[in-house]
Amino acid sequence: MTELAVPADQAATATETSMQQAVNAALRTLLAEDPATLVFGEDVGRLGGVFRVTDGLQAEFGDRRVFDTPLAESAIIGLAVGLAMNGWRPVPELQFDGFAYPAVDQIVNQMARMHYRTRGAAPMPITLRLPSFGGIQAPEHHGESLEALFAHVPGLKVCAPSDPADAYGLLLQSVRADDPVIYMEPKARYWNRRAVRLGEPDLPIGASRTVREGRHATLVAWGAMVHRCEQAAELAAEDGVELEVLDLRWLKPIDTDGLAASVARTGRAVVVHEAPLTAGLGAEVSALVTEHAFASLRAPVQRVTGFDVPYPAGPLEPQYLPTVDRILLAVQRTLEF
Amino acid sequence: MNAEEAAPAGPDLSGIPPELSRSMYRDMLTARLLDDEAIALQRQGVFPAYVSLRGQEAAQVGSAAALDTATDFAFPTYREMAVALTMGVDMVGYLASHRALWHGGLYDPMESRFGPVNAVVGGPVPHAVGWALGESLRDGPGCAIAYFGDGASSEGDVHEAMNFAGVFGAPVVFFCQNNQWALSVPVEAQVAGGSVAARAAGYGMPGVRVDGQDVAAVYEATRAALRRARDGGGPTVIEALTYRVNPHSTSDDPGRYRDPAEERRWRERDPITLTRRALERAGHADTDFFDAAETGARAFCEAARDGVGNAPHPAGSDLFSHVYREPTEALRRQQRVWRDEVGP
Ligand SMILES: Cc1ncc(C[n+]2csc(CCOP(=O)(O)OP(=O)(O)O)c2C)c(N)n1
Ligand SMILES: [Mg+2]
Repeated sequence: MTELAVPADQAATATETSMQQAVNAALRTLLAEDPATLVFGEDVGRLGGVFRVTDGLQAEFGDRRVFDTPLAESAIIGLAVGLAMNGWRPVPELQFDGFAYPAVDQIVNQMARMHYRTRGAAPMPITLRLPSFGGIQAPEHHGESLEALFAHVPGLKVCAPSDPADAYGLLLQSVRADDPVIYMEPKARYWNRRAVRLGEPDLPIGASRTVREGRHATLVAWGAMVHRCEQAAELAAEDGVELEVLDLRWLKPIDTDGLAASVARTGRAVVVHEAPLTAGLGAEVSALVTEHAFASLRAPVQRVTGFDVPYPAGPLEPQYLPTVDRILLAVQRTLEF
Repeated sequence: MNAEEAAPAGPDLSGIPPELSRSMYRDMLTARLLDDEAIALQRQGVFPAYVSLRGQEAAQVGSAAALDTATDFAFPTYREMAVALTMGVDMVGYLASHRALWHGGLYDPMESRFGPVNAVVGGPVPHAVGWALGESLRDGPGCAIAYFGDGASSEGDVHEAMNFAGVFGAPVVFFCQNNQWALSVPVEAQVAGGSVAARAAGYGMPGVRVDGQDVAAVYEATRAALRRARDGGGPTVIEALTYRVNPHSTSDDPGRYRDPAEERRWRERDPITLTRRALERAGHADTDFFDAAETGARAFCEAARDGVGNAPHPAGSDLFSHVYREPTEALRRQQRVWRDEVGP
């Protein structure tokens, strides 16, 4: 660990920190520790990003290390590919998840394959930061869940932190990794503060984290849905139902062993995600549980997800997203099976 | 644009060192013979398909000869065989792409400073801008060159890349080979306004048109653009007017969409013949030179043909080795499945 890179006040003791601050601190650490690291995207420079995640970075590291690009997502990722081929470690931001679509060709056909296409000759250590998921009742395209799309692509790794400490640690891991990573920031959790100690990641890439232990069923989630599962577990506990909450953290690779071990303990699994049901990662989780913990299962894996409709506008969004009530209904179904 | 308009006189070699003009001729001739060889290999079933560059030798060799292969980096499409040859890329590794041994080719693109064969039309053009920006961020001496076609010039990525390069002042040359056709679509139906070079103005950079059959003109234009980029003057668009005299690929049938008379007219402006005449006119080469160039080219092609024909297929389980630099356990498991259930 580079002790110096973590601001002393954050390393020493737990501090009230938001995810926005944690990602900002991680970028600061990364820019300080490796002069090859570059941060760029739309409005990330003087403005500090629309979510202020890059706040102050240009002032601190200069406009060669942290810079605004013209507004074109495909070229932002294409730029990252070329920079990586010239020895840099790019950390591009795409402003909102829905605007990753114009860049899908560069992400899928170029960034994800360049290392493979060149049989390992071309380095591709790119981390694409993507403010993700719903929960802020934003305009159309400003809240989407693209994890299944990216997890499907050979050559990409995908993660989604759920709290500030993980946001810090996972970003350090993603950027230091020598492969392209899609780092999905749950924008609904940007401003929630938690008393955390920002430090070096203590789990390897691909490791899940047990957020809460329980013995009756496992709730599997990532991103903002982890917090929602914690709320559900809290309520269930009042009725004597002890729910385990497993934060996958990495959606590619998925922690198959961690998942199977938890279900082996509880015998029941409920997977919760914001994305539409069909071909969502809930299907992958369900299949993995069936393949690796079938003998322990006492009920079919339940899926609590968004619906097969576009993210809705305004006040319908909270109803589209998995609610605590729907999670508890699924828990009831699995317990009563 | 027709063949007659494109070049009145033929290459003027007066500004080019004699040794360079001879080596460009050698590379053009070698590329021509290797191109013929590759077509033959496709007919024999060794290559599943091939994309011929016949007619575009001057555009490719002239531009590549202007590069400094110690510092610059080229981003090709799928048709830049003569660029690869001129830059000294391992041609067995290059042709391996056409033998379907590995899509990107088996040469080392980082070592060669010639990117992997890339089949996404327009896709590599923003990479050249990123590479070039990376060079200027460290005040390095290198320039990038992006090769693309008239068809590719319609892709959003090409426009985005030009705009980024203009805004960043990146040391990059956008080298468009306007070979008059994008598969079956003629340039009139492809490029609004008729000129790719004219688009440069909208992105705040110079755009020049050159006769792509004139190796000297292409060399001079590329050299000027590279010098400008190296001196901090930013990007340039070069549009080389040339012609794809062969079908789009060995799978194509141009009889369905174009007049053979047009092909014949352009064949008469063959860049290799024009260069040979210019060398003779300038007194830069004699019969001995031309004979030796042909003998050398034939020997080179023979070695390349044998090399690529005998190159071993990568093992199937090798597919898993390069997906990640730091492979996942899940992928290692699949690699074991491959070995157990599919083969080595
Ligand atoms: C993005 C994309 N769209 C379509 C194709 C299929 N395709 C391959 S080559 C080609 C024509 C390209 O024309 P041009 O850019 O002029 O290059 P040329 O083949 O003439 O060298 C097409 C349509 C492709 N490879 N990539
Ligand atoms: Mg063309």
